Amino acid sequence: MTNELAQVVFEVMPQFEGFVYPNEASPHPLWGVLIVLYPYITGLVAGAFIMASLVRVFDVKPLEPVYRLSLLTALAFLLCATLPLLFHLGHPERCFAIMMTPHFSSPMAMFGFVYAWYLMAVLLLELWFDYRQDFVEWSKTETGWRGIVYRAFTLGVTDESDAAVKLDLKAGRFLSIIGIPSAFLLHGYVGFIFGSIKANPWWGNVLMPIIFILSAIVSGIALCVFNYMVLTWVRRRTVEMRCLDTMGMFLFYALVFDAAVEALDWIHRVYLAEEGFQVMQYMAREKLFYTLSIGQALIGTLLPLLILGALQLWRKRVPELIRRRLYFGSAVMILIGVLAMRWNVVIGGQLFSKSLRGVMGYKLEFAGVEGWFMGLVLLALPFVILVVLVKLFLSERLPTSGHVPHRSSVPAKAG
Amino acid sequence: MKPPLTRRRVLGKLGAALAGLMTLPVARTVKAAVQKLRVAPGAAKGYDPTQHRWVMAIDVNRCIGCGLCAEACKKENRVPEGPNYFRTWIERYIITQPKPGSAVARGEVLVDSPNGGMNGFPEPPVKRESIQHSFFVPKLCNLCAHSPCAQVCPVGATFDAPDGAVLVDPKYCIGCGFCIQACPYGCRFFNPYTRTADKCSLCYHRITRGLRPACVEVCPTEARLFGDLKNPVADEALQKFYAENRVQALKPHLGTEPRVVYAGLDKEVS
Repeated sequence: MTNELAQVVFEVMPQFEGFVYPNEASPHPLWGVLIVLYPYITGLVAGAFIMASLVRVFDVKPLEPVYRLSLLTALAFLLCATLPLLFHLGHPERCFAIMMTPHFSSPMAMFGFVYAWYLMAVLLLELWFDYRQDFVEWSKTETGWRGIVYRAFTLGVTDESDAAVKLDLKAGRFLSIIGIPSAFLLHGYVGFIFGSIKANPWWGNVLMPIIFILSAIVSGIALCVFNYMVLTWVRRRTVEMRCLDTMGMFLFYALVFDAAVEALDWIHRVYLAEEGFQVMQYMAREKLFYTLSIGQALIGTLLPLLILGALQLWRKRVPELIRRRLYFGSAVMILIGVLAMRWNVVIGGQLFSKSLRGVMGYKLEFAGVEGWFMGLVLLALPFVILVVLVKLFLSERLPTSGHVPHRSSVPAKAG
Repeated sequence: MKPPLTRRRVLGKLGAALAGLMTLPVARTVKAAVQKLRVAPGAAKGYDPTQHRWVMAIDVNRCIGCGLCAEACKKENRVPEGPNYFRTWIERYIITQPKPGSAVARGEVLVDSPNGGMNGFPEPPVKRESIQHSFFVPKLCNLCAHSPCAQVCPVGATFDAPDGAVLVDPKYCIGCGFCIQACPYGCRFFNPYTRTADKCSLCYHRITRGLRPACVEVCPTEARLFGDLKNPVADEALQKFYAENRVQALKPHLGTEPRVVYAGLDKEVS
């Protein structure tokens, strides 16, 4: 009997090194690739929103062409932000208990409210105020299902008087102003979900929410650069270089801040070398080498920092075509790097035992809810939604109202 | 005549609807809190949790690593089979002699818990002569006074009962796993059958009927002692344990204030 059991144990148990608590010895970490995607997607939302508010609140004129695209990007990703969480639950059918009987000391419960607040009270309302006049106009000219959609979105408010339009503008700006702390709160809370776990020295860290917010801003701006360039390419338009250069500038400064705080986190950890430092050091060297040193540090931080920094210094000497490619490359690298960072936090935090005496292995599988195929689907879904949103609300056929801070969301034709 | 639909009115109505929705969670939270105080899963009828404060004391020097406690727990509580589902388990610590000339007081520390120690332990992986110390440490839910698992549960399915037990309501747990991550002691696991968090309940169905937890009941050496701080019995073993030993808790730096206390722990035990 004992031998049989030992055999089973040997076969079932994945590769462990050292001692791990028996309950930790499962072949997969409890939180898999879905929970990696959850902070990633939420971060992209917060970042894209901050990007949009640069236009609304800080009146950064060169960014006007990407204002609406950024807001729609934020919406598309926000609609998918809770899906990975939902799919990973043991009882997804009970998910509304988080909202109905929330436990107020739980960061996860509070996230539900912050999410709802952000979606309903900030993003949807801001979009509505921004688009209302256009909806009214479009509902007059468009027929068929498009006409029905636009008419429905006016919510019956068809007043186009100057006073009403002025109120729209005012409300939009106000919402944008409260949207900035809300975006910080949204992603700060995601960081706090991990930062609040004192049982785990990899996670329990006061800098965690700040690192999450900063990396979210970086990834959100990178996503806006990516989307803007892809959209103009698909539509065979020319990229507005002034807009792109400004995005590149903000991306660079955000990345500098992010890299500085993340470096501070590491320096702090290494210098203090508290309990569990040895096992963390081992993880960084062995288990997370590719995602941490290569993915997060080299591809996600150092290379984009060098490229974007060089472009800040010698922008005028670099031809436009090269500049465009460098911006695009940096954006893609940052998007990969931030995904790697989420992986390092979520998976990395579960690759060592809380006994601090051993490490576990993790092999990502293809199929299943926690497989990488599912991850790809969930990552692709916001882009699919974004395509629909862009077709509906950034259509080239439809004229946009002149009152909004941007003149045109779609870059003008070349020449 | 119906008043015209103005933006002010639309916003007003939206606001009212939102406010209405916001009262729902408050009402349901109050209801759940009242329910929780009165009913706990598995408790006997008429049991009053406010009249008890359960604790467990473990004498590491007495544990022989027979594994009966882990086995009894699995049977009593229908804990899933398999090497990674345990409400209680036993760890073996082997500290070897230092190598000659190494100028350290102790050698290597080897820890294992094959199948949670449920079937006993195999021969030590090192020669007997090279062992400086060897001892067994039974582990279970630490009954934290400030339980991180209950703190992070988003729906309150895991909660601190007034009698000190930290319980999970499997009918309410959404299976997010947050509490499993938050437990510093690795005492929780994800039950693949109920798809909820699972952990030691102190055999709540037994203790609320005046019985002792299964692990305490079967321990042949009385390494595990169980008692009620609100109803102390003068000459019971638990009182003697407190009087005779200097006690320690696991990971005290985390501030969880466990009510499971140990005598004879070593610094290597984590």
